[in-house]
Amino acid sequence: MQYLVSVIDDKSNSGTEEEMVAIDAFNAGVQAAGHWVFAGGLASPSTATVIDNRDGQALFTDGPFVETKEYMAGFWVFEAPDLDVALRLAADGSRACNRRVEVRPFLDPA
Amino acid sequence: MSDSRTTMGRDDDDSPAAMSLVQDDSRTAVSRAHREEWARIVASLTRRYGDLDIAEEAAAEAFAIAVEKWPEDGVPPNPGAWLTTTANRKAIDRIRREGKRDDKHKEARMLHDDTPLEPLGAIEDERLRLIFTCCHPALAPETRVALTLRMVGGLTVPEIARAFLVRETAMEQRITRAKAKIKAARIPYRVPAAEDLPVRVAGVLAVLFLIFNEGYLATGPATDPVRRDLTAEAIRLARLIRALLPGDGEVAGLLALMLLTEARHAARVSATGELVTLDRQDRGSWDRTLIAEGHALVRERLAAGEAPGRYQILAAINAVHTDARDVRDTDWSQVVALYDQLVRVDPSPIVALNRAVAVAEMDGPEVALAAVDRLADRLSAYHAFHATRADLLRRLGRSADSRAAYDQAIELAGNTAEIAYLTRRRDELG
Repeated sequence: MQYLVSVIDDKSNSGTEEEMVAIDAFNAGVQAAGHWVFAGGLASPSTATVIDNRDGQALFTDGPFVETKEYMAGFWVFEAPDLDVALRLAADGSRACNRRVEVRPFLDPA
Repeated sequence: MSDSRTTMGRDDDDSPAAMSLVQDDSRTAVSRAHREEWARIVASLTRRYGDLDIAEEAAAEAFAIAVEKWPEDGVPPNPGAWLTTTANRKAIDRIRREGKRDDKHKEARMLHDDTPLEPLGAIEDERLRLIFTCCHPALAPETRVALTLRMVGGLTVPEIARAFLVRETAMEQRITRAKAKIKAARIPYRVPAAEDLPVRVAGVLAVLFLIFNEGYLATGPATDPVRRDLTAEAIRLARLIRALLPGDGEVAGLLALMLLTEARHAARVSATGELVTLDRQDRGSWDRTLIAEGHALVRERLAAGEAPGRYQILAAINAVHTDARDVRDTDWSQVVALYDQLVRVDPSPIVALNRAVAVAEMDGPEVALAAVDRLADRLSAYHAFHATRADLLRRLGRSADSRAAYDQAIELAGNTAEIAYLTRRRDELG
């Protein structure tokens, strides 16, 4: 079972040096424990482009699809047997990156 | 003579009176089975099929079939086994009907996991699993309560909706959404790991307390005023959790609180079905065994010397009440002091309301009424607020105001015995 852990932020490029060190240490732990699937930090929402090609005429629009005060600044994808394990990983992740995070399950492919 | 008697006897069996006796018997059997078997059936089906929704629906169907069949076919010799088998069949029917992608997998499990009724010890753990899943912190608090009452307590959705003053459709939605989340996010069906246990237990205690309260002051015109099935269930589960965490002060506190409250149940409703308030209860009919057990737990917590949480303080308040053989012997200053301590831990308006009731005994109804009136904006939808006001106004001789407050209390109250009591008090006003 995979879980998306989104990092919630309200400022751009706000990660500090200590936070980066803590995140690296956390990531190493997740990899060692076999929960690691993928992770990444995202550039600020103002760098986003929205594409609409539903009618075959691709239309490009500058900016995020929805303007919000808070946005996804990065994410992890964890492999975990159940939500309790995912929540524990997410709690440690929240501590490491010093941000609130949201856990959301992927649709079960089973 | 003997022939005709035999014939008459046979006629008697088919008479409407005899038929209704059979129906009464089977109805009693169904409700007893519901009380005793519901949670166990839901728990074992959940474990077997890994799906709370299937378990709940199949259990409900099995009981609906029992209501229909038992009056005709007679009550089966082992109602629990009959219900489990029927519910199991219904669950398999549904899984086949839905033709899910993982059908084959589930069918394989069905074939291999055909375990009969569990031995008692395993059943207890099974229900504990169910309750920890229903009280999972990833669910909203009000959802945990609703889900526990539905899955563990076996209350119907309308009963739960009424208990929490929300519309039935909203309650149905809340429960449906919770079940979908448990499944999609894979909230595990088990007792939590040791490191998560303390936090998870606090959530379970909150839920158990609400269930106990719903049992002790049951809502709904069609239910008994005191639903001892719910109070007993809450106590039973509290005992289980205490066995799991013997050093947890709040677990002991909640269990003591429930025991000291339950001890008074025989005195709580009169022969005419009216609620009897603490000051008028026949204290001789209080259950001394439960009181002794409750007092022992309170003493144990005092000896521990740790700062008490709200359940421990509430238990201590109830220990003071149950210590007095006569209401006039009640140590009200001690009660008020404990409420002061409780207000610091739990500054809710309901605690302030209960404190005011104790204040009335110490400082008189006028002081208490002033304190109660300050809670008006937050408690105007709560029947006990109006009932408390009505009583204080009555004691102050303000009959017209008291009558209006009783009217409001009666309108908001959901418990039949309480409505009967409030109505009589209102009608006794000059």
